[in-house]
Amino acid sequence: MSHRTFSLMIAACLFLYNACGERDRKGDLRFSAPTMKEISEDATYSKEDSSRANWPERFGFGKKASTADIIALDIDIGPDGKGLPEGTGRVKNGMLIYRQKCIACHGATGKEGPYDVLVSKGESDKKAIGNYWPYATTLFDYIRRAMPFDAPGSLNDQEVYHLTAYLLYENGIIDSMSVINARNLSKVEMPARSRFVLDDRKGGPEVR
Amino acid sequence: MKQKKISRRQLLGKMAALGLVLSQDPLGKVIQQGVPLPQNTDDPTKKLGVFPGKLGTRSSAEQLEKLPTFTSSRSPLQNFYGTITPSDLHFERHHGGVPVILPEKYELLIHGMVERPMKFTLTDLKRFPSVTRICFLECSGNFRSGKEEMTPQEICGLTSQSEWTGVMLSTLFREVGVKPKASWFLAEGSDAAVMTRSIPLEKGLDDAMIVYAQNGEAVRPEQGYPARLLLPGWEGNTSVKWLRRIEVADAPFMTREETSKYTETVKDGKVRQFSVVMDARSIITFPTYPVTVEKGWIEIRGIAWSGRGKITKVEVSVDAGRSWYPARLQEPVLDKAHTAFRFLWEWNGKETVIMSRAFDETGYRQPFYEELVAARESKGGYHFNPVTAWALKGDGRVFLDNNDFSGISWEK
Repeated sequence: MSHRTFSLMIAACLFLYNACGERDRKGDLRFSAPTMKEISEDATYSKEDSSRANWPERFGFGKKASTADIIALDIDIGPDGKGLPEGTGRVKNGMLIYRQKCIACHGATGKEGPYDVLVSKGESDKKAIGNYWPYATTLFDYIRRAMPFDAPGSLNDQEVYHLTAYLLYENGIIDSMSVINARNLSKVEMPARSRFVLDDRKGGPEVR
Repeated sequence: MKQKKISRRQLLGKMAALGLVLSQDPLGKVIQQGVPLPQNTDDPTKKLGVFPGKLGTRSSAEQLEKLPTFTSSRSPLQNFYGTITPSDLHFERHHGGVPVILPEKYELLIHGMVERPMKFTLTDLKRFPSVTRICFLECSGNFRSGKEEMTPQEICGLTSQSEWTGVMLSTLFREVGVKPKASWFLAEGSDAAVMTRSIPLEKGLDDAMIVYAQNGEAVRPEQGYPARLLLPGWEGNTSVKWLRRIEVADAPFMTREETSKYTETVKDGKVRQFSVVMDARSIITFPTYPVTVEKGWIEIRGIAWSGRGKITKVEVSVDAGRSWYPARLQEPVLDKAHTAFRFLWEWNGKETVIMSRAFDETGYRQPFYEELVAARESKGGYHFNPVTAWALKGDGRVFLDNNDFSGISWEK
């Protein structure tokens, strides 16, 4: 790697550091990860870094990923709704799918188990959707990627929308006539959202 | 004169004539079946041994087993010596079973906020400059208590240590050109749970690795074959196994695991999120339930570790926390690694309680259970790393002591 490239990398790192700092000031997602200074002092990293002096700018291993390659795997849904497909979720349809495919693990109404309790029972401390999940988009993302447990990834987008609507309804978050779609799912206000705080442990003598 | 070679078949034939048969048991172990001879003996010097084989075996006298449940399987910490976990005894925690992935079909896609979205085969990953390091991996839900008859395996067997080899993630990020405004990335596995976690880019540029080898051989299927993410010192779930995709972004994705699962309730009804670093912890692994010890000299042994760096000190108490003494740490003490500690003690045979507590280079001291409960207003959950105490009875039996010792002065 040329001296110039290395300088550019350092500059990029500093820029990155500043970008993270800006997020801090906005009170956004502050994260107590090591600073860039600490990173450069880390033994593993430093050792690795010093050996990089004669690295080529790129090794050229691997292949360029095509748009099709990316689309095939890029299934995540962001908390802003980014990635949501077209479709509409209706409570009634969701209830029918739930009774067919979810009831065995999650109970008749989502409160009974035997596995994860999905619907909060008021004062219950169980981590249910209504009293613990901070983002509604996570429901769509997770149901689509991993449910049902014995047939993961078998639900189509439309079924996932219906189930999302039904579970939000059962938790008292939307009413029975609400229709969920790519535009409004991220705007659903989740009761537990305000409970979430970032990790404040940072080592040192204080027990947190 | 040309020496006549004896074939394996001929040799076995000759040995059979001598009354010895080498055969394979159902698990593939070569075993020596003794055909009773007139002067049969247990003296190993009077019996021909087993010939070299293709795979080594564990002595059948050593009954080492993980302790599986529906969702996890625990390492038998009380049976280990030193700090490296034998690969077949590494703890397991997965959310949709262990997938079968053919190495020739494996690909890692890196896309999102990068200059060049790329996909890498396993062969590609192995061509990059490689790095080897030792570190622990621990599940953040690694705390059980509640009865006296509990082994270290049951209390905190969701921690293991390996020597890992792979490519630094920073090397791959350099190759694809991470854009300056990026600050997080998503790691996704190709198991049935399609496991996903959001990781701050800083960790990715620090000591994160994509590893394809564990203890000198390919990563085991249960640990992420053929390649996994490794985030030293962080809760195990973030080191996504069977890694298939990394998406670089400027915000976390708020996946199910980092919102509704690997978070913990703390004071004032709050929920702590992105609590990923494993705090310092130690546990005595000898003497512990279910062993019985004799009066006299006992070497108290255990392991200590911290996700924030090196262990600086382990203290042992043999009088229920009234006094504490420094244990001997086995060198070299490694960053974010299980560290063996030992404390030689002459037991007078009187009932007492023994315990250990770890300190790390941030000045952190492993807390007592009640200190954690008070700090978090929560009696358990993720990242519970309290001092574990063992009650030593007058007859030499050892049990988990569930009493709390937070009232005892630790300033010494």
